[in-house]
Amino acid sequence: MRQPTRNSFFFLLMISWGIIACNSQEVVEKPLPILGEKTITPEGDTLLYQIPPFAFVDQDSNMISEKDVAGKFYVADFFFTTCPSICPKMSAEMVRLHDEFLKEDQLLLLSYSLDPKYDTVAVLKDYATKLGVNTEKWHLLTGDEQELYDLAYAYMVNAVKDETAPGGVLHSGAFVLVDQNRHVRGFYDGTIPEEVDRLMVDIRRLIKEEGTIKEESTQG
Amino acid sequence: MKIRNILYYGWPVLVVGIALIFYFQDNANPSGAGQRLYTTHCANCHMDNGQGLRRLIPPLAGADYVHAAGAEMACLIRNGIADTMVVNGVTYSGVMPGNTYLDEVELVAVLNYIKQSWGNSGETVTYPEVKKALSQCP
Repeated sequence: MRQPTRNSFFFLLMISWGIIACNSQEVVEKPLPILGEKTITPEGDTLLYQIPPFAFVDQDSNMISEKDVAGKFYVADFFFTTCPSICPKMSAEMVRLHDEFLKEDQLLLLSYSLDPKYDTVAVLKDYATKLGVNTEKWHLLTGDEQELYDLAYAYMVNAVKDETAPGGVLHSGAFVLVDQNRHVRGFYDGTIPEEVDRLMVDIRRLIKEEGTIKEESTQG
Repeated sequence: MKIRNILYYGWPVLVVGIALIFYFQDNANPSGAGQRLYTTHCANCHMDNGQGLRRLIPPLAGADYVHAAGAEMACLIRNGIADTMVVNGVTYSGVMPGNTYLDEVELVAVLNYIKQSWGNSGETVTYPEVKKALSQCP
């Protein structure tokens, strides 16, 4: 009789240890990092890297600038509508984000075109309509070509014009997660569903941990 | 002693046997090449599961067009299309770039893979049929 009791005691001990370990792991989890190079001012203050101000036109001819994303979280990517290589997969994953966070007002999606000469407002409107996009949620943006490529650089996304690449542009399929202060919080491969699953987890976490609190402080 | 003899002379037979199993397994699955070609040349737009993308890119899985199409679909795969087309009652108007670098054998493999995957059960096409269809592309 003694042996089984002792065994079950250790069994219970291990289970409770497991539960405690799992719970404490969750508490210890670090917040998402703020990425990008920090600058130090002559006064000695450390400035965190921030996406610079921008202004482009979306599929509804609305001007979208950094003011429209102030206080919100957003996912940005760079694409073009006639891109035959990775873009359809990126668009499919953006559609998944769009559907998943349709009712989450704190999250926006921004897709910048790398072929603005072809991707006019009308072309982007057609593309968005075929994807069934809610235009309040997902802005497909076009404008000055050089400004778009400069902004890609600012998002730390590779984008280079290359005659030999499919569609004439060599670019990365990265999805960039940006927070309410335009700080970059994560990079994800927008062509791989598992990576976008990870992005979804991070978005929820970010909104839960920083969303409402920070929004109140910006309002106040 | 006997068991030792079996082990001594038997292992080459075993190795050859396993090699033969792998050889025939590969041959018994002719879609292997088709699947590889599909993943490389088609899946970026039509997706791995052939679902397409909303009203932007037509599906291949469960598509009436694919089911009805014969060897002439090789022309579409090789030359692409810039015209509108109707699939399962939905009109698609995007541009499909051609895959001009695919040869006849590759076109047969990828076409039959499309016609036999994701629940599709279209009749397969043969090399002579595809060769003939390619000579009569519009």
